[in-house]
Amino acid sequence: MIRLEKRPQPSRIWTVATPVLAVALTMVAGGLMFAALGKDPVVAIRTIFWDPLFNEQFASYSRPQLLVKAGPLILIATGLSLGFRAGIWNIGAEGQYIMGALAGAGVALALYPLDAWFLFPLMVLAGALGGWAWAMIPAILKTRFRTNEILVSLLLVYVAEQVLAAMALGLMKNPEGGGFPGSRNLQHYPAAANTELIAGTGMHWGVAAAFIAVIAAYVMLTRHMLGFQIRLAGQSPRAARFAGVNPNALVLICLGLSGALAGLAGMFEVSGPAGRVNIGFNQGYGFTAIIVAFLGRLHPVGILLAGLLMALTYIGGELAQFMLGIPAAAIQAFQGMLLFFLLGVDVLSNYHIRLGRRRVA
Amino acid sequence: MTALLKVEGLTRAYPGVVANDRVSFDIAEGEIHALLGENGAGKSTLVKMIYGLVQPDAGGMTLRGRAYAPAEPSAARKAGVAMVFQHFSLFDALSVAENIALGMETPPPMRQLAARIRAVSETYGLPLNPARLVGDLSAGERQRVEIIRCLLQDPKLLIMDEPTSVLTPQEVSILFATLRKLAAEGTAILYISHKLEEIRTLCDRATILRRGRVVESCIPREKSAADLAEMMVGARLDTPARAGGSPGEVVLEVTGLSLPSATPFGTSLRDISFSVRAGEILGVGGVAGNGQDELLAALSGETPVTPGAVRLKGRPIGALGPSPRRRIAVLAAPEERLGHAAAPDMSLTENALLTAAIREGLAARGFLNWPATRAFAERVIADFDVRTPGPGNAARSLSGGNLQKFVIGREVLQRPEVLVVNQPTWGVDAAAAAAIRQALLDLAQAGAAVIVISQDLDELMEISDRFAALNEGRLSPPRPAQGLTLEEIGLMLGGAHDMEVAHVAD
Repeated sequence: MIRLEKRPQPSRIWTVATPVLAVALTMVAGGLMFAALGKDPVVAIRTIFWDPLFNEQFASYSRPQLLVKAGPLILIATGLSLGFRAGIWNIGAEGQYIMGALAGAGVALALYPLDAWFLFPLMVLAGALGGWAWAMIPAILKTRFRTNEILVSLLLVYVAEQVLAAMALGLMKNPEGGGFPGSRNLQHYPAAANTELIAGTGMHWGVAAAFIAVIAAYVMLTRHMLGFQIRLAGQSPRAARFAGVNPNALVLICLGLSGALAGLAGMFEVSGPAGRVNIGFNQGYGFTAIIVAFLGRLHPVGILLAGLLMALTYIGGELAQFMLGIPAAAIQAFQGMLLFFLLGVDVLSNYHIRLGRRRVA
Repeated sequence: MTALLKVEGLTRAYPGVVANDRVSFDIAEGEIHALLGENGAGKSTLVKMIYGLVQPDAGGMTLRGRAYAPAEPSAARKAGVAMVFQHFSLFDALSVAENIALGMETPPPMRQLAARIRAVSETYGLPLNPARLVGDLSAGERQRVEIIRCLLQDPKLLIMDEPTSVLTPQEVSILFATLRKLAAEGTAILYISHKLEEIRTLCDRATILRRGRVVESCIPREKSAADLAEMMVGARLDTPARAGGSPGEVVLEVTGLSLPSATPFGTSLRDISFSVRAGEILGVGGVAGNGQDELLAALSGETPVTPGAVRLKGRPIGALGPSPRRRIAVLAAPEERLGHAAAPDMSLTENALLTAAIREGLAARGFLNWPATRAFAERVIADFDVRTPGPGNAARSLSGGNLQKFVIGREVLQRPEVLVVNQPTWGVDAAAAAAIRQALLDLAQAGAAVIVISQDLDELMEISDRFAALNEGRLSPPRPAQGLTLEEIGLMLGGAHDMEVAHVAD
């Protein structure tokens, strides 16, 4: 019989060791699944984890993709983690991501073909504002009318998707596009393009912003009053009120920050890798970022690593589909296993596991 | 007398501390046995092992001659061991009978259960209507629900953890009559308390624990309270010294403070008025649930009220929140240590920051000065003798008394002009309680206005200059504490709190 005994304090060693253990367990369980599908498990695991980075044939293409995919995930997840730590659940980052992209692209398209140095900074500002404004809707409804921010922010994703479609088919449609939906390609508009900063690495302004966000979040959580209040409110709301934390202000700040960062991610995506506003421009980064935030234990550095790992399984998964003919569903199951084991072994950092019943001699 | 429960060489270690070290004692059938010790002496670990919540590392127990090693509380209950916890686990929105049914593995039909509850409550002089909502009950009545829940299992051994801390003097005597009747019928009672006088009147024998070991065993009737305290602490205790001084000007003035209850089972404050002078301690007595939490929240700023209802030296401060009140030296320490006064999973350093950031200047433009915060936490730990390996430890790893010393110390060291404390020594051992009371007296001596909200009347008589009683959200006019008798106070508190008079059936 296995029993769990709560540790007086969370174990530091296990907090670090559990993600490694989880990845190892995923490899074992995933390997078994691939073997059951008739694929060589070693080759499959290597294709997912190793080839995207080190295979001579694919690495030149897939290595930059790692940062391109991880950048928005990390940027959004960092913002979300602040709210999650305070017990404020923004589930609608996907919508804020779309609105940020629309606001950023809207500035560029409105001023087209203006060629000025301040255009891109203006788009950055607009992107952040777009996401922020979309997040303020659940925030204000929550502080004024006690609505549930989970429902409101989630439902606003679907509203944002409709706005995106309307924009792609109407106001932002490329006038020179021959009637096809979708806006001008911003990558062909130098003043507005979010180009690769170092050729061949996938490093663009959005990735830089993600790194800056990670550092800023880390500093805020460990050295700033706001970070302390966020942690306090999440752990013990009553003590937070006693300490003088205003719960409503915290809702506005956390939803606002996470919305602004999601909006930024959308803006960098639309002006960079995606290039244009179009139906289906959003690829679920806003939802995947929720997983990344929890995989990273809501810790900025953890989120950085989790974002990279998540991006790797996406790229490696595509590669495995393409190279080995592993079905897409099996790849999703593999990613699911990773999440399952990460959350499952987490119990080790908070509990001792005792085998067998203790019998008194 | 035959031994009912024999405990031999029980040992249980936690990382860094041996909570119980070869503890041996026995309880006879029909005996009321006291377990006495400071906080952290290992009483709760010992009791948890007897009740099956914790398993010993070594040693064993026998119950009526048979080996007894409960793996979980349900096994202990099956063997005839029941426990009434210090904290009640009852649902406000359910009736008494429903609450009792919830704790049973196979509850009988409600009507039958209600009849059994009535029967047990009449036999043992614990009047209780099974149909009433728990939310409407007083603390004393809630405790009866817990006791009856235990008695329905027909236990051979009943463990009671600090049972009188929430009772009025009248309720205590009802409880004692019940316990004596139970004992006379052969039920053994393991009674945990730090109130030495109670143990002297009630208990047949006492086992005294110090630092995880049994240091002595005695018949408490034959010892004085001072002797018992000395055995428990290992040194003579000083009663708080109190230098007489004339109070200064009025510092805090509360006029016509009314506050509707925020929750259905909360208490509304009704037209409360009082004033406190510099150098004075105002004691506010009353049974829990009569508006103590609400009064503290109104004074600490957690619940803002109309500006004029609370005044500091004439200046209206009722609308200010906790932070602005701290800035003007109005500080508070709530009752609930874990989760209200302190965040359980945060370190002591972080918990020091929780209230001291403003007055100790621990943050500059929002950026935290961790070295200074740590130094402040260390100062609290040193000045108030908080026993912990260091300020990096989580608040929940501390025993109740040590955490309470930390919470009170944190406020006292911030040089308050007004300090409001709720239940400063609740569940705290004698030595820690004496230290906390002395700190409050010293603070008043230094010119602060202190309000002590407490259910411990001995404590209030010991330290307060004036006494007022809180009853159903109303505060009686304060009276000088000197010369008040226990009987008068009991009446100020509302007697046995609107309960039917109890008769113990013979």
